[in-house]
Amino acid sequence: MYPRPIPEDAIWHRRFYFTAVLAILILWLCPLFAVILTSFRSTQDVMGGNLWGWPTQFGLIDNYTSVFTQTPMARYFLNSLMITIPSVIGVLIMSTLAGFVLARYRFRGNMLVFALFVGGNFLPYQIMMIPVRDLMVRIGLYDTPAALIIFHIAFQTGFATLFMRNFIAALPDELFQAARAEGASPFQTLVHVVIPLVRPALAALAILIFTFVWNDYFWAVVLTISDTVKPVTAGLANLRGEWVSAWNLISAGTIVVAVPPVVMFFLMQRHFIAGLTMGAVKG
Amino acid sequence: MMTFWRHHRWWLTPTLLILPAAFLFSVVILWSAVESIWISLHDWDGFSPMVWIGFGNYVELFNDPQFYVSLKNNVIWLVMFMAAPPLGLAIALLVNQKIRGMRLMKSLFFIPLVLASVAVGVVFTWVYTPQLGLLALIFGFFGATAPALLSNEHLVTFAIVIAALWPQIAFCMVLYLAGLNNLSEELIGAGRVDGARGWNMLRHIVLPQLTQVTFIAIAVTVVGALRSFDMVSVMTQGGPFGSSEVLAYQMFEQSIFSYRFGYGAAIASVLFVIMAVFIVWYLTRIIRIEERGA
Repeated sequence: MYPRPIPEDAIWHRRFYFTAVLAILILWLCPLFAVILTSFRSTQDVMGGNLWGWPTQFGLIDNYTSVFTQTPMARYFLNSLMITIPSVIGVLIMSTLAGFVLARYRFRGNMLVFALFVGGNFLPYQIMMIPVRDLMVRIGLYDTPAALIIFHIAFQTGFATLFMRNFIAALPDELFQAARAEGASPFQTLVHVVIPLVRPALAALAILIFTFVWNDYFWAVVLTISDTVKPVTAGLANLRGEWVSAWNLISAGTIVVAVPPVVMFFLMQRHFIAGLTMGAVKG
Repeated sequence: MMTFWRHHRWWLTPTLLILPAAFLFSVVILWSAVESIWISLHDWDGFSPMVWIGFGNYVELFNDPQFYVSLKNNVIWLVMFMAAPPLGLAIALLVNQKIRGMRLMKSLFFIPLVLASVAVGVVFTWVYTPQLGLLALIFGFFGATAPALLSNEHLVTFAIVIAALWPQIAFCMVLYLAGLNNLSEELIGAGRVDGARGWNMLRHIVLPQLTQVTFIAIAVTVVGALRSFDMVSVMTQGGPFGSSEVLAYQMFEQSIFSYRFGYGAAIASVLFVIMAVFIVWYLTRIIRIEERGA
């Protein structure tokens, strides 16, 4: 192991090291703490400039209630779910199918298709912005959740296919030879051999894509305008414009936006890290 | 019909399986990219018919002082972002110890990575707020007054990049932690026997084994720096007076706010060319690795 592990019996050394890392961690997260603390403050304190002193009264419940009742945040939150969940499911299906084909069938242009999927993934969003927006306007989907869902599925499929292809390519060849020897059709091979084995990869992809789509801001502002469609990220930016100095409300709104991916991350941490490193290290 | 299917399914099934992904990806992503370049050769407000003007947009762009401001800011982003891989490595080394509670601390270090960039933008806007924010508090503690970073045209880009570095460092840290787990114990042991310690150990024995990870960390960092849009949009909207704009934001502003889609497409195309140079380099490397593996 590197760096050299601190010996088990060096208790004081270990305690000191732990405390030092904890101190760095607190510094690292202090911007976040500042926002969390602010979201507990009452409007009187924020307006009166008492932002760091002991609060005269707590506004925790008030702030979060206001975010959901006085602003369209509840609606934005629902919109985000309605956009994110179908996108994740769509990406998982498409990329499993495409990844299976790219990993297991040799055909001319296989490498080219693969390269396009990978390369397309690195395109700056801006190069697609105008045509995608125009396309959505023309097919009547502009400013609907479907516009965002279709775009996210299309874009994330690039990364996800790379990911699934690498995972399926690493499965042992013998399995596929056996399936063929038993006379299994490609579709049966997919259903009975591949899908049971790629579950961990699917879990990793699901959490990653969830985070990417939930956190997306650019496409949210490009493809939506109404409050009934806008996801939380674009909603939060709106909130900032409307509640300029009500930092307690804005902070509460920020926490609302941040919570779902953070919770998902803590629930599925192993998968998240595996996904991020697998996708990146192999690709 | 059935016999036709049975005879041809060995190629029909794979074709049908890859078709949805290939179709959607080529139409929405690849075709759009090509179409943007076509649009960049026109004058277009998004509604009326497009008017062909050849390289007119590009000529205008290369004479636009704002373009050079944005380009310069993109370079600042790129250079400052290069701090993310080494800092990510530093934190990874710091937490790579088996001590009770270290696992939880590791996870807490990751948090900025999963936050929406809009949230990070708002968090740092709050930190930078004059008189009230965390930075003002810290400066006040030392009896100084914090500069109003986001309304100072010379400091604003640096302030935004520092905010954007927060999640980027966490990203690099995740990558390096995985890399550190895969180090060869033998090489490390051999190094220790030979008396390699500290910096020498890191430089000559550990880093060479992390080349692959470093390559990826740099790749995601470059892409992240060139794509930067969210933070600029949330923290300053390019201001004050366009001094914090980057190409991605300038493009958005010209198209969505000024309805100059042709001009916007031209900016996007320039950004694309910068990225393409990088993508080609990256892809040739991946394909080389793939072919060596196969």
